[in-house]
Amino acid sequence: MLEVDVKRRLGNLSIEARFSSDQGVTALFGRSGAGKTSIVNMVSGLLRPDEGHIEVDGHVLFDSAAGVDLPPWKRRVGYVFQEGRLFPHLTVRSNLLYGWRFVPAAERYLALDQIVALLDLGALLRRRPRSLSGGEKQRVAVGRALLSNPRALLMDEPLASLDVLMKREILPYLERLDNMGIPILYVSHSLDEVSRLARNLVLLSAGRVTRSGATDEILSQLELWSPEDETETGTMLATRVSRHDAEAGLTHLDFRGGELRVPLVDIPEGVAVRVWIRARDVGVATEPPRGLSLRNVLKGTLVEIGGDDNTRAVTELRLRIGNATLTSLVTRQAVRELALTQGQDVYALIKSANLDRRQLSLVAAMAGEGGKPRP
Amino acid sequence: MSDWSLSSAEIEALRLSVRIATWSTVASLPLAALAAYVLARYHFWGKELLNGLLHMPLVLPPVVTGYLLLLLLGRRGLVGAWLEQTFGLVFAFRWTGAVVAAAVVAFPLMVRPIRLSLEAIDRRLESAANTLGANRWWTWFTVTLPLSLPGMVVGAILGFTRSLGEFGATITFVSNIPGETQTLSLAVHSALQVPGGEPGAMRLTVIIVLVTIVALVASEMLGRYVARRTQGYGA
Repeated sequence: MLEVDVKRRLGNLSIEARFSSDQGVTALFGRSGAGKTSIVNMVSGLLRPDEGHIEVDGHVLFDSAAGVDLPPWKRRVGYVFQEGRLFPHLTVRSNLLYGWRFVPAAERYLALDQIVALLDLGALLRRRPRSLSGGEKQRVAVGRALLSNPRALLMDEPLASLDVLMKREILPYLERLDNMGIPILYVSHSLDEVSRLARNLVLLSAGRVTRSGATDEILSQLELWSPEDETETGTMLATRVSRHDAEAGLTHLDFRGGELRVPLVDIPEGVAVRVWIRARDVGVATEPPRGLSLRNVLKGTLVEIGGDDNTRAVTELRLRIGNATLTSLVTRQAVRELALTQGQDVYALIKSANLDRRQLSLVAAMAGEGGKPRP
Repeated sequence: MSDWSLSSAEIEALRLSVRIATWSTVASLPLAALAAYVLARYHFWGKELLNGLLHMPLVLPPVVTGYLLLLLLGRRGLVGAWLEQTFGLVFAFRWTGAVVAAAVVAFPLMVRPIRLSLEAIDRRLESAANTLGANRWWTWFTVTLPLSLPGMVVGAILGFTRSLGEFGATITFVSNIPGETQTLSLAVHSALQVPGGEPGAMRLTVIIVLVTIVALVASEMLGRYVARRTQGYGA
């Protein structure tokens, strides 16, 4: 269990964050400049909080009131940096074992062989960092941090400097970290990574924690910006593949609140997938629509109507479907003409054709093990 | 005896030169590394003054440096008298004094490349080492030192060659005593002072040129090897 409660002023940003993280991956999620990296730096001891308390498994790392401030080398907190920071003068093997030798033998729970197997590093051991690809470097960096047998692991956007292909290559390895038995703080501003890797989510905005909890719950209740385009809003739905209808060419996805139908994807039944639904792909009807080509019609409640801003033609509606919340982008004129009011029952219309294929392919990749979208 | 065979005095001068230059380099390398580290990493009051002092031997006439050493470390000098009383250590007119003179003059040449290579180190690697459990000392020995090795090598070779050729400060501080302080350069000087000494001066000059070339080539090769080992970090 990692407990963080820190305050620190940095220029215009005032960080005041309090959260805890149990075993498994907890993502610190927020836009650039939200203070994510500063927070992990404070946990690692590279940045000193103005005040606060940090502890891992009962070991106090920092406590301003008690005057405790352990130096980084006494914290036993592993750190995977965005740029890897492998030692250029050492081989991969020596890099991996760098932190290992500082750990008392009795407290080592991971050995070189295990890490080499876990991260598939066998072929790289004799090489030097300069000859490695970006993805390989990050795998070694992860292994090096783990081999310091830390009580908690920090990862600061470890994929940020990699291209899409390298990300795909390394993500399956990162997925294995969730059950290492230690708290892992994973800093990211990528929805894709977070939804794929994190068990829990801490949302940060301007240095403050705005929400925290289980990833599925938060993502399906929250209006989010798109993984590809920050100006695009939408919702991430946690779903499960319920069945394939090869004849109709459709895959059925279940979620608590209903069912979505999307063009056939090659993901085994029962696999959990998350689906990104853009706000502008969601329409609203006040009655059950008939004679409609759309296949995805979900009954729900209108819980919120966005502001009546004269400068915009559109406004946002929040629809509660089961335990999920969908965002819909409609014209203000439509709100007036349909006489939409908060609390009324509505039908959300989602164009199945508009469930983004690229998003689906990401989702398919998330499902791992050969889950490729059909051409 | 042909003109090209060395006299025993000349061989003695060669051995003495190499011994003095080696000791000068070995003794001042750690100090030069320390000075370079302080200058590269810390900001403090009087830093510019320290920097100026360290570089003084580079611009002062060597004779002046030698004279200052004599004032300071001579048997009646401020520090020299105390050293002799407490430790029985005498520098004046001894080969050890020649080592001191060479070291002082070569010092700034050693500090500079080391400082440059220290400044070129990505300090984030050091914080990475810290998070992996290495305290300051371990970090210094396992990350900082190896990565600054190219600068250390260049500094050591520059210091060695400069020490080998030292003349002015040495002759002023420890005089020109055959077998004790008469290095190659001093021997050339002596040879030129006597009628018919020119063949001797020529032989010694050839030796000096050869030794210098060997040192510089070795420095280049070693520097490149070390730089390759440390992947292009440093000088």
